[in-house]
Formats: sequence, C-alpha cells, structure tokens
Amino acid sequence: MTSLPTSTEKKLGLVIDLDTCVGCQACVTNCKEWNTGGQMAPLTDINPYGDGADGVWFNRVHTYEHACESGSRTVHFPRSCLHCEQPACVTVCPTGASYKRTSDGIVLVDEDKCIGCKLCSWACPYGAREFDTDVGVMKKCTLCIDRIYNDNLPEADRVPACVAACPTGARHFGDLGDSNSAVSQLVRERGGVDLMPELGYAPTNKYLPPRTRSDRTVEIDAPALESVSVEGGFLGWVDRVLSR
Amino acid sequence: MHPAFSVIFFTTATGAGYGLLALLGVFAAFGLVPPDRWFGFVSLGLSLGLITAGLLSSTLHLGRPERAWRAFSQWRSSWLSREGVASVATYIPAVVFAFGWVLLGQFNGGILAAGLLAAVGAVITVVCTGMIYASLKPIGQWASAFTLPAYLIYALMTGSVLLAAIFRLWGISGRPIEIVALAAIVLGWAWKIATWRSNDTSVSTTTANSATGLAGGTVRSMEWPHTEENYVLKEMGYRIGRKHATKVRLFVHVFAFAIPFAATALAVAIDGPIATFAALIAVASQVPGMLAERWLFFAEAKHTVTLYYGR
Repeated sequence: MTSLPTSTEKKLGLVIDLDTCVGCQACVTNCKEWNTGGQMAPLTDINPYGDGADGVWFNRVHTYEHACESGSRTVHFPRSCLHCEQPACVTVCPTGASYKRTSDGIVLVDEDKCIGCKLCSWACPYGAREFDTDVGVMKKCTLCIDRIYNDNLPEADRVPACVAACPTGARHFGDLGDSNSAVSQLVRERGGVDLMPELGYAPTNKYLPPRTRSDRTVEIDAPALESVSVEGGFLGWVDRVLSR
Repeated sequence: MHPAFSVIFFTTATGAGYGLLALLGVFAAFGLVPPDRWFGFVSLGLSLGLITAGLLSSTLHLGRPERAWRAFSQWRSSWLSREGVASVATYIPAVVFAFGWVLLGQFNGGILAAGLLAAVGAVITVVCTGMIYASLKPIGQWASAFTLPAYLIYALMTGSVLLAAIFRLWGISGRPIEIVALAAIVLGWAWKIATWRSNDTSVSTTTANSATGLAGGTVRSMEWPHTEENYVLKEMGYRIGRKHATKVRLFVHVFAFAIPFAATALAVAIDGPIATFAALIAVASQVPGMLAERWLFFAEAKHTVTLYYGR
C-alpha cells in the first residue's frame, strides 16, 4: 500500500557534513558502481561516451558559492533521497510500487509493479528519483539495503556505498529515530538541518551546515630571525666588504 | 515542467469529454435535449470518444503500459489512482445512458438517473484530475487554490461550447446551453487572468537557501553534478522565455476565450446557418486555444528541484 506507516521502528538515514565535503565525487562513483549491480540494477547509461550522455544516478554532488556577511565560501552539496517521513512520492503512486518500510523507514520502489508514470518524481521536491528510460520504471536510492543487512560483508562494510567511499568522513549512516545514536548526537551538536522544511516532507537525512569561520590568526611559537650582527670578527669584516 | 503532448491532450480531451457528458446528463434530466437517437449518438459518441482517446493517450506515455491495470489499486492515497477508478466507474452509467438514449430511443426514469449518475461521475473524475496537480507541493503554480476550480471550469466551458455546436448542427436553437457556454467562457477567462496575476506576483517561500540548508546570504550554483541534461532537468527543468510566454498568453486570450465568446454571443443573437457557423467557429478556435492554455500550465510551472541547478 502507498499509504504511509504511522510510525517506523527505526529511521535509518544519512547525516551529511557540508563542512568537510570536498566535492571529490567518490560517493557518487561508488554509489553508481554498487547499485548498478544491486537491488535497483542496472543504473542504465544512455550514450555514455557521446553527445547527450545520460543515465540513472542516485547521488549527485552540486557545488555552490555561499555568500553571506562573514564572506564567501565554496560548499559542495551531495543530493540524494532523504527517505522522508512524509514522502509524497509514495502516496501519489497509483500502483503500490512505491512504499516506505515500517521496519526501518527506507523508501523503496518495487520495479515489478512500477508502470513508469513518473508522478513520484514530480512529487519529490529534491529531485531524488530518476526514470530509467531503458527499462521504463522509476529508480531511486535504496540506502543500500543490499549492503547494510548483508551478512556476507564484514560488519564494518555494512554501510551505504556512499558512506563507505567518503575519504573525508563527511557522510554518516545510522538510526535517526534513536536519540542516543551517534548520528542523532552529531545532528544535535552541529545543528543539523532539514532541506526545504517548509514543504512538510520531514526528511530523515540531515545536513550539517559549514562551521562558522574562525577569526583567530595562526600562532607561531618560533622566535623571529635575528638581524645579522655587523660588528667585529671575520664575519663582520665580510659583511663590511660585501656591503660596500 | 516538461509540457508532454500526451498529458496536454489527455487533460484537455477528457476535460471536454467529461464536461459534455455531465451537461448531457443534466440537460436530459431537465428535458432540454431532443430525444432524437442520432443526437444522442453524436453527442454521447463525441463525449465518450474524447474521454476514451484521452485516457488511452495517458496510458501510452507510461514506461510500462502493460501494467496500467495496477493503477486502480491505490485509491486510498493516490489521486492518480482515484482518477483511474472514477474514470472507469463513470463508464458504467454513461454506457447505460447511451444504451437507453441511442438504442432504445427513450428516456425513462432509469435512463435519466443513469445520465445524472454519469454527470456525477464526470465531475468526480475531473476533480481527481485537478487534484493530481493541486496536491503537488513542489510546484507552486499547481499547488494553489486556482488549480482545482480551473479544471472544473474548463471542463464545463469546453463541454458547453461543444454541446452548443451540436445543438446548432441539429438546427435547434440551443439558447440555454449557449447561455451556459457564455457564462462559462467569461468565468474561465476571468479565472485565467486571476491565475496568471497570482502566479506572476506570488513569491515562493522555498529558496536556494532552504533547499541547501545554507542559511542567510545568497547561494549561487557554481557547478552542476553533470555536464549534460539529465532526467531531472529534462522532465522538471523546462523553461520558457518570458517573451514567448507573453505571446502564448495572448494566443490563449484570443483563441480560448475572445473568439469563442464573440462567436457564441453572435449565435445567441441570431438564428439560422450563420449561428451554426458561429458555433462551429467557437469550437474550432477553442481547440488550439485550450491546448495552448494547457501547454502554458506545464511550461510555466516551476519545480523546486530547479533551485538546485540555479534556475
């Protein structure tokens, strides 16, 4: 059913740190690599080596210039499904292909039921869903359900592919429904925010805004270099000769 | 939003078809239509033909049309599913109504009741169509109080202009339906002007700041994640130049409203072949006029995802 669960046992999601993201696209690449063989496979590429290259990706990294009173800064911004608590992409689905899981809150598409009407992609304010023109169905981020519950992987690797790939630790995975979880604490400490909260989708994923810029200058403990002594001795004579 | 022809045709054709069906059901109940079988055949045939063609067109744009039957299942939450259920349910009284009028050539109580039921079904279906768009919060121009009444008004307007022309083709003076048509055109015209004015002046609370969670100052897109247009931009990033929008709006003013109004007013004023000709002109003008109106409905609609691309 595309009616939403009143509550979910867990709220699995991501916390993305905009302060440390360097825009390297590693999460994008690893997401594509894993998911083109995963639950929603394939992530079709259309004309990948020519003009008009197109294809399905679950994660896209934008780059912005954020100019405010304290100055301008470059912000890299990964954009993917936020696994909302009020996902209109699910409720608009006429077939029941889209659903939100009661166990962990993950929003998924059953590819065998999807008719490819694209209405869910219209209902998502974040542009998280991408249509696969080759197969004729909608595809989206699965939060790597085929990794996070995968007993064949070492426990440390049971995180979404994007989280596993991030070289700067800007992506965190966990249960945002548990207020004591590491991700919930991180959100509290860093003032994590919802995207477009005014639309009422109540995203599970949170974004940590860049830290405020520090005014403090760099402290150097080493003493300044002394001036060359010009008096006396052999070096004094060399100095006088060379200074002539 | 990308103005796909299949959806433009679907909404305009079914709108006119359901408008015509509802008017036929109501007018029959009040004894305002001729019981002539051929009148029933042509008017109900046109109505159900428009509805069926529109519904078929909407299934053709699906990625997997062979699974379209699944769309009847989620009526508890989805307006699209409700529209599917309502459209199929409306066929039942509509076919009974057509059977009685065209094949039996009579209006007994049951047949008239079926006509009224078909009218109710038509209104419900158009409400569902309107709500599909009105319920989409990411698109400010659609999620407004103007959207749902617009679908109802334009279904009534196009249906009444069609019915007025059929009356004239039968050589019957259709004053009541022409008065309805005139009122609907004036209402539709005013509604469109008010809608455009509201869309042009309203400011969205959703900004690049709230989309990225970066508070204060300005957020300027420096680099896209991709060099070519992707699905999101092709489907939801459609842009129309202000210059072209002004021209298309002028076209809508003239062809969807001004010409049909003048022609229908002329038909009311006079009788005879000129009135028939005027009623046909009203139809011929409103077809491209309403297609342009619906094209603008999509082309001018801005989706919040465009904020991520600095558009």
